[in-house]
Parts: sequence; structure tokens; C-alpha cells
Amino acid sequence: MEEVVLLGFWTSPYVMRVKIALLEKGIEFQYKEERDVFEDKNKSELLLESNPIYKKVPVLIHNGKPICESLIILEYIDEVWKQEQQLFSADPYYRAKARFWIDFFDKKTTTCGKKLWANKGEDQDAAKREFVECLKLLENELGEKPYFGGDHFALLDIALIPITCRFYTYEKLCKFSVEEECPKFMEWVRRCNMRESVSKTLPDPFKVFDFVLEVKKRFQIQ
Amino acid sequence: MASSSDNEEVRVLGKWASPFSNRIDLALKLKGVPYKYSEEDLANKSLDLLKYNPVHKKVPVLVHNGNSIAESLVILEYIDEVWNNNNNHAFLPQDPYHRALARFWCKTLDDKILPAIWNACWSDEKGREKAVEEALEALKILQDELKDKKFFGGETIGLVDIAANFIGYWVSILQEIAGLELLTIEKFPKLYEWSQEYINHPVIKEGLPPRDELFAFFKASAKK
Repeated sequence: MEEVVLLGFWTSPYVMRVKIALLEKGIEFQYKEERDVFEDKNKSELLLESNPIYKKVPVLIHNGKPICESLIILEYIDEVWKQEQQLFSADPYYRAKARFWIDFFDKKTTTCGKKLWANKGEDQDAAKREFVECLKLLENELGEKPYFGGDHFALLDIALIPITCRFYTYEKLCKFSVEEECPKFMEWVRRCNMRESVSKTLPDPFKVFDFVLEVKKRFQIQ
Repeated sequence: MASSSDNEEVRVLGKWASPFSNRIDLALKLKGVPYKYSEEDLANKSLDLLKYNPVHKKVPVLVHNGNSIAESLVILEYIDEVWNNNNNHAFLPQDPYHRALARFWCKTLDDKILPAIWNACWSDEKGREKAVEEALEALKILQDELKDKKFFGGETIGLVDIAANFIGYWVSILQEIAGLELLTIEKFPKLYEWSQEYINHPVIKEGLPPRDELFAFFKASAKK
């Protein structure tokens, strides 16, 4: 009897990656929503026990064994539940490229992501320029392919699609339009949203925006 | 497709003093893969570096049959996947859970442990105490993970051991220059023992840069 539990929080793009992967693979799992991800004192016992070093979601618990870090979880899922259409390419070079782009993207969103909604003025503008540049590089990498994975919705698509539920928030707070800056990227976003695993997982962008405003109030960020 | 032959061209663009670059040397040597190495001057980047790593323009970069791969941990996994027949030393175990753990520790080394130690060694008077505390905490969690194993990979060198070259070799040099005692036999006996096994491993020993040159290089940086 397989027991698969996912610890998450509804606004985390990293959690969304795992949910989408599990849905794509048709794996049954139990989802447990954390009450709060900002303060350790509000985190569940299970989360603190399963991820003592980072105390963060997502955590996948498979038959009692915890696995942390979204990309590592995706690799694990692909290795345990092998199917004809895998998330990772069979070719080591394409696997390396996907890992590279996910690493690049995660580093970018860590450095400029928060500034897009928490900062103002020049800091926010600089972050916006950096973010748009990052999307343009990805758009270039996508090229004419329907998906980053080629003909199939695969690892890199799963890793990148979740952040798009924050686009409305970023656009409103930073006053720009992703559609104007990166139209091909937005085409890919719309294509991905036609998949059930994505539309079932990504939250309403307006709810995300309201949540960000609440967080700003809670931590007194102007 | 996935085994080495005389016709394959393997190139590494690197920097001799960089532990990230050195990881690739160690990995290729452990696999017994011959390669051409080019030393990069980051103040004066070569056309090849800009061509093969246009996004970050950094080393290390692995070029294999014309395809380039950047980011040291990504390169290590690539090397393990391509040169994977029975004669080659495997860096990752077969079991998916233990593979996930190894990947987690490699990421934790880069995201948490190395930065904490680096900061402590280069910190100024003001931030020193806190930085040292964080570095010691980081070494503790790493030692806790080692437990009683000879290497992080068990009986043989694994992915985490390769990624931990900074801990096994660079830390002793940097802490001496900074006048700190971070990784010592008294504070972290098991981890210290691991570092000695590591630097005396026949292949690793040949792959690490010379100690006195590395010392001189970082000492000169410290003066600036």
C-alpha cells in the first residue's frame, strides 16, 4: 500500500510543481495544507520533523520517508513511478539543460521575486527589469517549440508554470505587462493552462494578489 | 551514446583555485575520463567561455562533443549519467530515496553550508561572532549527516563527497588565513577524520590543487 503525503501551502509555486507532477503521473496523494509558512511557531509538527533544516514546503512523504526541495522531489517521483512518458528526458544532455534552466530561474526569482512586491522605487524597477530579462531568456530557450519539453509537457514546463499565477500581482504592483514584453511566453502559459493538472493546481491570480496585500499589511511593508 | 570512446571530446573550462571548478576535475578523474582543461581568466573572459556559458559567463563549464553544460552540480550529475558502465565509479546509489538524500545534501552544501563558512572566513570584526556561530552550526549538521560512514557515499566517494571538496580541503586553508578554528579534530572529530580520508584518497589527492599555491592565492586576496 503506497502512502503519499504532500505538505504544502496554496501560494507556493514550489508546492505547485509537485502537485502538477503528481497529477500528471496519476499518483494518488493526500495533501496537507500548512496554516502559515512565515513563522516557525505556526508550522506543523509534521513539517518541522520532516524538514528540520529548512522547515519549508513542499515536503513529499512517501511511505513515511520525507523528501525535500521541489526539483529533488520531481526527480524522485520520476524515478519511482516510471511511465512511458517521463517528466525528465532520457538524454543526459537534455536533462542537464532542464536542470540548468530550473537552477537559473530559481536563483532569479529568489533574488528579484520579493523585491517585485515588497520594494518600491529604484529597487523595484531594477527587479522588474531583471525579471523581464529572465523571461526573455526563457522565451528564447522555448523558441518555436510548443513546450520547453518539445512536443510534450515535461519537467521544465512543470517547473516554470507555477510562478505565472503571480504575474497579475507583479504587473499591478510594478506597472508592466508580461504580454507586452514576452508574448510568446504568454502563449506558452495559455497552452499549459489548458492541461487539467495545471488548471486544477494554479490558484486564482486575484486571490494571490489579495494574499500578497495581506502579507504586506501583516509585516508592515509599504 | 552513453559510453566514452577515443573519439569523444571532453573539455573543461575552469579556474584552478575554485572548488566548484575542482569538483569537475575530481569527477572526471574518478571516472577515468580523459579531458582537455583550459584555465579561464575571469577578468578577461575568453570567447569560448562566452560562447559556452552565455547566461552566467562563469566557470566551470563542461563541453562534451560540442554540447556545453554549466553549473557544477548539474555537470556532476551529467558526468555520472553519461559515464555509467560497470567500470566507472558511480556517484549516486541506485535507490531513489538515497539518491534524493544525496541531491539534498549537495544542494544544502551550496545553499547553506559553504556560504556560512565562506562568510565566517571573510567576515569583518563586526559580523564575525555571528558568522562563526552559523559556520559551526553548518558543520554540525554536516557531521550529523556523515554519522559513522567513511564517506558520505558510504564505503566509496559519492556525489556529496565530491561536492564537499570545499569542506575537505579549502576550509583548512581559509580558516588558517582568517585565524579561525572551524573544522578541527576537537570540534568535529568525525568530519575531520572524513577530511583526512578524503584528501588522502589516491584519486582525490592527485586532483586537488597544491596546498601552498592555494594558500598563497587566498592570502593575497585577504590582503586586498
